[in-house]
Parts: sequence; structure tokens; C-alpha cells
Amino acid sequence: MRISTDKIISLLFFVLSALYLYQTYQIRVFSFDEDAPFNAKTFPTFIAFFGMFLSILYVVLPERIPSKVDHKVLDYKSTLFLVVIATIYGFIILRAGFFLSTSLFLFFSYYFLGERRWIWMFVLSFPFVALFMFLLHGLLDIYLRDPFLKMLGIIG
Amino acid sequence: MIEGILIGLQTALSLKNILMVVMGCFFGTIIGMLPGLGPMTAIALMIPITYGFEPATGLILMAGVYYGAVFGGSTSSILINAPGVPGTVATAFDGYPMAQQGKAGKALAIAAYSSFAGGTISAIFLLFAAPSLSKVSLAFRSPDYFALMVLGLTAVSAFSSKGQFLKAMMMVILGLMLATVGQDSLSDITRFTFNNMNLTDGISFVLVVMATFAMSEALTIILKGKDPSRATEKISLSQLGSIKLDKDERNKMLKSIPRSSVLGFLIGVLPGAGATIASFLAYGMERNYVNEDEKKKFGKGSVHGLAAPETANNAACSGSFVPLLTLGIPGSGTTAVMLGALLGFGIQPGPRLYMTNPEIFWSVIMSMYIGMVILLILNLPLIPYIARVLATPKNFLIPLILFFSVTGIYLMSFNNFDIFLMIGIAIVATFLRLYNFPMAPLILAFVLGGLIEENLRRSLLISDGSFSFLWDRPLTAVIFGGTILLVSWQIYKSIKR
Repeated sequence: MRISTDKIISLLFFVLSALYLYQTYQIRVFSFDEDAPFNAKTFPTFIAFFGMFLSILYVVLPERIPSKVDHKVLDYKSTLFLVVIATIYGFIILRAGFFLSTSLFLFFSYYFLGERRWIWMFVLSFPFVALFMFLLHGLLDIYLRDPFLKMLGIIG
Repeated sequence: MIEGILIGLQTALSLKNILMVVMGCFFGTIIGMLPGLGPMTAIALMIPITYGFEPATGLILMAGVYYGAVFGGSTSSILINAPGVPGTVATAFDGYPMAQQGKAGKALAIAAYSSFAGGTISAIFLLFAAPSLSKVSLAFRSPDYFALMVLGLTAVSAFSSKGQFLKAMMMVILGLMLATVGQDSLSDITRFTFNNMNLTDGISFVLVVMATFAMSEALTIILKGKDPSRATEKISLSQLGSIKLDKDERNKMLKSIPRSSVLGFLIGVLPGAGATIASFLAYGMERNYVNEDEKKKFGKGSVHGLAAPETANNAACSGSFVPLLTLGIPGSGTTAVMLGALLGFGIQPGPRLYMTNPEIFWSVIMSMYIGMVILLILNLPLIPYIARVLATPKNFLIPLILFFSVTGIYLMSFNNFDIFLMIGIAIVATFLRLYNFPMAPLILAFVLGGLIEENLRRSLLISDGSFSFLWDRPLTAVIFGGTILLVSWQIYKSIKR
């Protein structure tokens, strides 16, 4: 018997709902609230049971429009790269500061997506981020912590 | 009401707010024009900026973005047959053939005039409907609100994606699960935080919107390897032809606009319906109204076929504000994003909004008129220039979307845990999108999660833990009955097949 990916996802959703239910039972409510008509566990319990019910229903009922995904045409490499570079960006933004980390993130993203127009790549990274920071500071009065620019004495 | 209108005009006509409408319409048009990026993404990208403003200003900006994005979607539908938003799919049926015949300028002008007329007429309806419905909704009690929100979630699931009701309902559950993370609002007990301090206050609404829309849409474009800008190679964006309409074309528009405005507004008011359904219904209705000769032109560049869906989708946008402003319950994913932003400002929309915050209530309605005028002024002469945005290559577009998403979250929390959480949710959302799991029901459920729990709590406490509150009051019973009918119908359709 072949099972479609949609149904596998709904089975995973069943597992998620079951785990959610388990976590719901781990919520420690106040003793005087244990038998109350409603406490911190009530709503999550309904959600969990309803989630399990829906996923089972999806598995049991015939599929109206099964999803067809051709994995051969999907560009996993570029997507994975973007996810990795965004994660690195998230790691360094506090240490290197907004300006340097964002400019590098943009520049390398353009490069790895296949862009080779160097002038545009530069303009839309370093000067673009500088302008964006100026708008945030100047217009919206939003302070961005930036150890790199602070070290250079550009911001206080 | 006159006093309210004057308050609204005073607020909406301040220089800052006019500037916000212009900015909103402009950026909304640009973002909405890019295929794959719709009003929800456009509004999500604007939310971090709006938190620096007064609530009325922030909402005016978001409303401008909404209209702009819907109009921008029409432009890409007409020029490259790639609707920026689902609400403009029907626009492409006759708009694209017109552009192919060398009448792109005319098609864009018809779209602009129809959008303007539809938006303006429905804003007049909103002006009268919203205060009246606010008075009626004062009679609503917790059980009614609970039932109404459940109906809203069910309706959005039923209509958001064709034949994917159960998938959409699973997304509703996922949204509710995410909404329960953090402290319980009444007892302050932490739930599902796994002892992580960053989750104690719950997951930020902006984070979920950015992850499921902006970031996930960007990743989906890359994953599918599509470059939206390639479609522009077939058309000259600098030579779109004349935008002048002849008398016959104007007469045809004048016939289509009134009926499509009424239909669009009524559909927009309904929970879960909205611009997409409104535009398709208007297209179908118009086809039935016109004579046999005109009927033959449908799908080949008919003025009626273009004006009707364009009028209806803008009218539906105004209509969708009715449940948001009067009941505090969004009827669509886009208005759910706006509700989340309003809650972020500490404002609870609902029947008392026009009494407690009249400047917000009325200024949003008034800014709609101003927004429509600005859209018309902005779009007609500038469209050949704005349309060049369509040629932005994905190599630049995608990193910039990711930049705005990450920066938006960083500006709100200044920690990297939220960035990693956003990336994680975006990866899951991208995978789910591939298999046609819709994201709008997830957002709506996430936004409404707290309100649903609160109203369920009150209802169960009143009825001493009994679910009889669902049929004790006639109003609750009718709304709940509607939900059961909708669910039964959807499941029947699945079994029948």
C-alpha cells in the first residue's frame, strides 16, 4: 500500500498533537484550580485532542487533491545555503554589529544566488545598509547596537 | 456620526498621516506587484516600522499598504499574467489578453479606475455599516464571541484553499498551539516554554507572520527555482500604450462598477471570504449580466471582465474591515495581521472601539478615501515606472526580503533567539507550503488564540463547566449551527469524492 506525503505529514501532525497533549499534562496548575471548570490546561487539552482527531480524519478520508511535488526540480542547494547564511547572520549580528553583519549577509547572498554585477552588489549591501541605519536613527529614533561602528567612532 | 467623521478627517488629514497613506500605497503597490508577495507580506514587513508611530498612524499606514498591494497585484496580473495576490487572479483573465493586444495602458487604467470606484463606494458602505454593526455587537456575550471566532476560523479554512479544508484546519490547530506558548493570561502559569526564558512572554506575532509569509515566501521562490522577473522579458514595461479610455469603454465600466462594488463589499464582510472569492463571483456575475456579444469577449480582453473583478476585490478589502473594527474579529488573514498589530499597540478592536478610540476608528475609514485618491494619482501616471519593479531579479529580491524579515525581528527583540526561531518556523512553513498547507488560517488562529481561550474560559465559568453555553442563547446557537453546517458540508464533499 502506498501512502501519500500529505498523509505522512498528517501522521506527523498526529504525533505532534500527541506530544503537545503530553506536555499539556505536564503543566502544573494551582491546587485550587485543579477541579475548576477552566484552568491553564483546559484549552490546550481541547486543541491537542482536536488536532489528533483532524489528522486521523485526513488519513482515513479519501484525498481530494493530492499534492504533487517534483523533488528533482527543487533547488535544495540554494535554499539550504540561504538558510545557513541567515543562521550565521543571526549568530554574528550581536557580536559584529548590525552594519557589518547585514552588509556581509546581503553581499554573500547576492553572490551565492549567482549575481556577478559587482557594483550593484556593493551598492545594495554596504551603502544600502548605511542608508537604512541612517533612516532608523534619524527618522525613527531606533538605536541599533553596533560594536564595529562604535569601535570606529562613527556611532556613540 | 458627523462628529466622528470630523475627528477622523482631522486625524487622517494631518501631514504625517497623509504621508503615511502615500508611503503605504507606494510600498504596497511595489511589494504587491512582485509575484508571490501579497498584502500579508507587505503588511508584515511594515509592522516593525509602525511600532514607532501612534496607533492611528500605524493602522493608516497598514491600510494604505493593503490597498496598494491589492492594486500592485493587478498590475502584475495584467502585464505578465502572474497575479501578485490570489485576489487578482480573475483580473488576469481579461487584463492579460488586453495587454497582449497592445492595450496594456488601457487595461491598467481600467483597473485603476475600477479599484478607485470599488474602494470608494465600499468605504461609503463601511461608513454607515460599521457604527450600526458596532451598536448591534454590543449585545454580543462571551459565548457569542467564542462561537463567532470558531466560525471565522472554520470559514477561512473552508475558503482559503480549494479542497484543502482538513489541511487548513490542521494549520488552525498549529496556530492555536503556537498561541498557547508562554504565560497563561489569567494564572500566569508558563506553558510549553521548556524552561526557556525567551519563550515566557510567548512567541511574537510579528515573528510568526514574518516566518510564515515574508521569509517562507522568499525561500519558496528559491526552492522552486522561479525567477518572477523573467516573465517581464515578453513585454516592454516602458511602452504600455495609451491610458485614455473611449466613451464606450467608460460606459461599460460604469455599468459594471456599481453591482460589483455591492457584491465585493458584502463578500468582504463575511468571515473567511474576501477579495479572491469576491473577484471570481463578480467576474461570473458580470458574465451573466452582459449581452451575448459581450459574453463572447470574456477571456479575450473584455472591459466588463476586467472592471468587475477589479472593483470587487477592492470593495472586499473595505468590507473586510467591518468585522475587524466592529467585532474585533478579523475575517481574513490580512486583517488578522492588522489585528495582531493593533493588539501590539495595546488597542483591542471591537464594538467599543469607536467610543474609546474614535480617532482610530474614524481616521482609518477616512484614510480609505484619501488612500483611494492617492492610489489613482500615484498609479496612473507612474505605472510605467513602477512596473519596472517587476524586472527586479530574484538574486537581489530574495536577500532583501530576508534582510527585512531578520531586521524586523531583531529591531523588536534585540536577541538572536527570535531570529533562529523565525528561521525554524520559516523552514517548516516552506515545507508545508510545498504540500499546499495554507498559512492564512495559521495566522488567523495564532492571532485569535488568546481571545478564543479567554471567551471559552468565561463561557465555561458562566455555565459551570457545561458546554450548554453553545445552545443556551439563540444567537450563539445560530452561529454555532453555521459552523457545524460548514464543517459537515466540507467533510461531505471529501467523502462524496
